[in-house]
Amino acid sequence: MSNPSSRSNDLFGYVAEFSSASDLYHAAEKVRDAGFRRWDVHTPFPVHGMDHAMGLGKSWLSAIVLGGGIAGSLTALLLQFFTQVSLYPTAVQDKPMNLFTIPAFFPVTFELTILLSAFATVIGLFSIILLPRWNHPLFNSSLFAKFSADGFLLVIEARDPKFKREKTRELLAEIGAGKIEEVNY
Amino acid sequence: MAKSSKANAAVHPSEAEGVAREPLVLNNRSLGWITDRICGIVENRQPLIWWVLFVPSVIGFLCLVFSLVYLVSTGVGVWGMNHPVAWGWDIVNFVFWIGIGHAGTLISAILFITRQKWRTSVNRASEAMTLFAVMCAGIFPGFHVGRFWMVWFLAPIPNSNGIWQNFKSPLLWDVFAVSTYFTVSVIFWYIGLIPDLATLRDRRRGLAKKLYGFFALGWRGGNRQWRHYEMAYLILAAISTPLVLSVHSVVSFDFATSVVPGWHTTIFPPYFVAGAIFGGFAMVLTLMLPVRKLYGLEDLITGKHIDNMAKIILLTGTIVGYAYIMELFISYYSGNQFETDAFHLRILSGPYTWAYYCMFFCNVIAPQVFWFKFCRHNLWVVFVIVNLVNAGMWFERFVIIPTSLARDFLPGQWGYYSASWVEKMLFTGSFGMFMMLFLLFIRFLPVIAISEVKGVLPESDPHYPEWKHLREKRRVSAK
Repeated sequence: MSNPSSRSNDLFGYVAEFSSASDLYHAAEKVRDAGFRRWDVHTPFPVHGMDHAMGLGKSWLSAIVLGGGIAGSLTALLLQFFTQVSLYPTAVQDKPMNLFTIPAFFPVTFELTILLSAFATVIGLFSIILLPRWNHPLFNSSLFAKFSADGFLLVIEARDPKFKREKTRELLAEIGAGKIEEVNY
Repeated sequence: MAKSSKANAAVHPSEAEGVAREPLVLNNRSLGWITDRICGIVENRQPLIWWVLFVPSVIGFLCLVFSLVYLVSTGVGVWGMNHPVAWGWDIVNFVFWIGIGHAGTLISAILFITRQKWRTSVNRASEAMTLFAVMCAGIFPGFHVGRFWMVWFLAPIPNSNGIWQNFKSPLLWDVFAVSTYFTVSVIFWYIGLIPDLATLRDRRRGLAKKLYGFFALGWRGGNRQWRHYEMAYLILAAISTPLVLSVHSVVSFDFATSVVPGWHTTIFPPYFVAGAIFGGFAMVLTLMLPVRKLYGLEDLITGKHIDNMAKIILLTGTIVGYAYIMELFISYYSGNQFETDAFHLRILSGPYTWAYYCMFFCNVIAPQVFWFKFCRHNLWVVFVIVNLVNAGMWFERFVIIPTSLARDFLPGQWGYYSASWVEKMLFTGSFGMFMMLFLLFIRFLPVIAISEVKGVLPESDPHYPEWKHLREKRRVSAK
């Protein structure tokens, strides 16, 4: 650690601790304005407005879910028309056996739409946020474990083009970080 | 007041002057305190009463297993059902349990999209309750089909006879509704659990750390994760809201689309949904009042939470009461002989009038005490009333299902149904299974959604320093 240049390839980044959600929010605004790309804030709960402070847009997960919902509706309609009208029509309850049976198909169509939307939500979420991932350099940090209790942490990765070992540490101290820890791979 | 115009721009809506609200977490508890208190339930030894409840629950569960084995090995004749009553306690219990589940989804989904922040203290346990209730519910129709090993015929799989399911039947709609409901509830519950499992992972060592860590999926709480996570949670809430309304509507279609007098009524879907939420909230309170007391969660589940839930019970109970009276009115107003007679038998001269009055007292009259604030704030009163509601909702299903069948169109096929010991044991056993699962849930998982409760503390708002002084000022003036 005393000779930074020789080990710079091992450095994952800095973990900096802030004292409150408010401090972290304002720090994030400054890191955003400094032009960093590969950084994140780690909090015990989602901080309201943090997307704006970090310069992130709206999540696009909803587009995936829309696709899942449409797939669910189509699956259900095809399944029901195919089996009830062409493959195995049942003459029961005085309901028609042709395409006009559609009101009787609504409940199953609705349920499958919901079911496939829910699957799309989960699969989409995990694909976007790249979980499950049980190993991560951040888990090497002792400071990092505080995020799940009451820690408000800001992490800047060494991969960021703007990252400079000394300058970035100074920036973090300047915007109000308490403890700053180096994390290695 | 010089600064007020500037400060007001950043004032939190709940803290604007003139709007006095009870805090959601009492005694200004810190983030660390919340983590310690909730994780402590899992990490410390369980109180003696946990074992006192757990052992009988396991015995109850074994009774359930025994009665099912006895049923399957002997035959469906061991149940008390026969012509004309072919839907007895099994379907009553199915509707009873599935209805209980609805409050969990209401709290987790509907109160989420309506931004009712008080839900955060009770949603986790209610969702767990939903899952366990739906598991109990699933047992009954599964064995009701008679040959349990043929249950896979319910799934739309082409079988060797080339027969396809009848998608026009409400019974098949029910299969889809209930299985979707269970699956989506599991997903919603697990997605909500991930950040809290990460909290437990970071506090534990050894095997426990590995296990919690495995299920936490490597959650790191970064905002680049949270923003998609929050969207996923919102979407799940938004799709669960119509789902929960549809499930009990579809359950009511099992009855409403038939021609049996007493079943064939258009009011059933809204009436069933209101009843489900009513009965479900009663079960939430039945479970949460002791949990709150035993584990010292009074600062998290406050009087305000209980007060709110009592008000929902009052509202939905009154809707249910309206539905009872409207059913009677319509049966008279329709001029339909069979309809009028069905309700005449139900309330005046039939063999089951006692059940009707039990139901009416427990569901409509008893909850009216919640108009009074001192009743909503007296925990003993609340506990007694919600247990009356639990019983009343079971009687409601009993009144609807077997009593209508017992008095059909032709007096020649009238009959009387009472449950056999196997059905009674099965029902008792389902309570054992429910309690066993709930106690295991308390033992191994965070009973309150830690990350969500933290999010509703005033200091979790990043603009808190800008409106803090208003809060302090009001606190002083209140004193």
